[in-house]
Amino acid sequence: MDGLEQRIERAVRSQAQPTVTILSSLLAVEDELHYIPREAVDWVAQFMGATVNDVWAVASFYPNFRFEPPAQRQVEVCWGASCHLMGAMKVVDAVLEAAGLETEGERPDHRLSVRLNTCLGACAQAPVMSFDHHLVGRVSPESAADRVSKILQAEQAAVQAHT
Amino acid sequence: MPADFEQLEKEAIRRRDADSGRPWLRVGTALCGQAAGADAVVDALRQALDVQGVDARLSEVGCIGLCYSEPLLDVQLPGGARVFYGNFDPERASDVVSTHVSGGQPIADLALGYLGPEDAGDDFVPPAGLRNLALHPMRAWENRIALRNAGNIDPLDIYQYIASGGYGALNRALLEMTPEEALKEVNESGLRGRGGAAFPTATKWRFLAGNPSRDKYILCNCEEGDPGAFNDKAILESDPHTLVEGVILAGYATGASKGYIFIRHGHDGPIDRCRAAVKQAQELGLLGENILGSDFSFDVEVALTGDSYVAGEESALMEAIEGKRAMPRFRPPFPAQFGLFGKPTNINNVKTLSYVPEIVSRGGEWFASIGHDRSTGTAILCLSGALNYTGMMEVPLGINLKDVLYNAAGGIRGGKKLKFLQTGGPLGGVLGADNVDVLLDFEVLRNAGAILGSGGIIAADEDTCVVDLTRALVAFCQYESCGKCFPCRMGMSHLLEVLERICDLQGEPEDLDLMRNTGENMQAGSLCGHGQLGFNPVSSALRYFPDEFEAHIMDRRCPTGTCHEPRFSPSRSRR
Repeated sequence: MDGLEQRIERAVRSQAQPTVTILSSLLAVEDELHYIPREAVDWVAQFMGATVNDVWAVASFYPNFRFEPPAQRQVEVCWGASCHLMGAMKVVDAVLEAAGLETEGERPDHRLSVRLNTCLGACAQAPVMSFDHHLVGRVSPESAADRVSKILQAEQAAVQAHT
Repeated sequence: MPADFEQLEKEAIRRRDADSGRPWLRVGTALCGQAAGADAVVDALRQALDVQGVDARLSEVGCIGLCYSEPLLDVQLPGGARVFYGNFDPERASDVVSTHVSGGQPIADLALGYLGPEDAGDDFVPPAGLRNLALHPMRAWENRIALRNAGNIDPLDIYQYIASGGYGALNRALLEMTPEEALKEVNESGLRGRGGAAFPTATKWRFLAGNPSRDKYILCNCEEGDPGAFNDKAILESDPHTLVEGVILAGYATGASKGYIFIRHGHDGPIDRCRAAVKQAQELGLLGENILGSDFSFDVEVALTGDSYVAGEESALMEAIEGKRAMPRFRPPFPAQFGLFGKPTNINNVKTLSYVPEIVSRGGEWFASIGHDRSTGTAILCLSGALNYTGMMEVPLGINLKDVLYNAAGGIRGGKKLKFLQTGGPLGGVLGADNVDVLLDFEVLRNAGAILGSGGIIAADEDTCVVDLTRALVAFCQYESCGKCFPCRMGMSHLLEVLERICDLQGEPEDLDLMRNTGENMQAGSLCGHGQLGFNPVSSALRYFPDEFEAHIMDRRCPTGTCHEPRFSPSRSRR
């Protein structure tokens, strides 16, 4: 397994498209690591001949960039207008409860995070969620909570099997 | 090596004919299909074909529009009709393969209906007991131009696009037309921008064509952050070559050197399929140096942005491609003078450019004959919310919105009444149910106070609280404000604060004037449409439903009783 620095360097250097920018480099790191570590900000700045401040400016602007390693499992609930009208708020409420969270965020044990997404793009199937970026449409508060509980149980079982 | 187009066509036909003797199974795996579980359907079918040793072609296609019935499988036996299985359960994959694919008998009680072959002659015998989907309400009103191949061909196979007439327009333009003649066809078509502004496309192209600079860019905007709109992504997932050909033709007509197709990071289906299309076009000499042996050289690159709604604004989009924060620029100078990397630039929406190949091959006059008055061509609508049939339709402009809702989309779910529509994205606001008897025409809609925008139509039934939806729309706009100019940044936050208060039944009578005052300042003082139109959700809701705001404020009650439900919005904003 390569170290963090090597993975950052490879991701930034192996971008396929001709136009390489601060943003495209950060997206490449995001694809590789699923977050932007401090080292990546330094590395991208050096690679692009920019200041660390320039890179932070871009990284902090786009909310898809996270600065901590992601939780093991990632749940997103769409809160776009179609989903809102089809009951997304009740889905969020049920999902948060099943996840043991008060509000959008990550469980302290890093097993699961819940985020709101502005539009997952499958509006005809509202309300829509994603589980580790895999879309699931026409959820109900019950079916959504059920999926979250099962994920947590599976994560729990995996931890126990490991120890 | 520059390809000879006739050879490409021959190869495409040869491949099509070679495959025509095998059954063809197609599964829609666009975002709508995926959300309905299409991946599991593909896996189950692949396994069933394998286990039963059946020789058939299995393709992942895009969106045919009937999203409400996803996952959608269609089975076509050699020379026969396409039989569609809607809401397909992967558990039935084995039955379909044994009974239909190898047994030749469609399973009538599972099937949604059939579509006959396009070239069906008098001797065509429709499958027994199945309804003709050409008469399905969602299909009967359609006239597919940009979506002509959507759901029919494999988006990852350039030869299927060529076999359907694809890249013929490009070949014709390069062989027979000067750039000015190509531009003239687009001018005669009356094509207007489908991103929301409805500006005449040819006029915009002229600005760029008239600029003598050597480096000029065509940008295609597929940021598509509007909740309720998915047609741009659907085109990229269903028929990306239509767009790529449209971008090349735009480049030819304007003398541009390079095109950028701009997509939001994270939408993997549209991104992967578009990138694959560009790569295939490059490999076949349809992109690059001396396209098809002509002296025209042009290349296309797919550029990604992070999550940002404002990145869909044309000058913010250029900032994002340059790798910066997606914040709008001051204008003038306009993009046709000083655009991407300071070079002259033209920006069009995905849908606009996807019409161009058909306009060039069938003529501007043909396109202008479709539609209504100065609104020529079709509208690509995304129907979502409380409708019986949700999905995507391409209908001629000039048809009545009421017909779309009550006939094509099957009316409101559960026999309820329509309360309002939310159209044109969050900034478009709402349209009351009494005002939907209106023609789909850019001028007529504008005069009626409605915005077609990029085609998203979300229906809300009578149980919906309009104040709550307005709050949700403003919450979106506040979250997505880029923060560059203060009227938008602070105005949105201010509006949201007041709307939260009204939803909590803590509003004061003066709150409405407070919001109007804020809205006027946002409109007058904001740098881009996000702030200028940012008061639309509130002003349109106030116009159609003043009583409902009054009930919340004066009577301290929510008429639908839904404002008290828990409310959530993303914790991280750009402030």
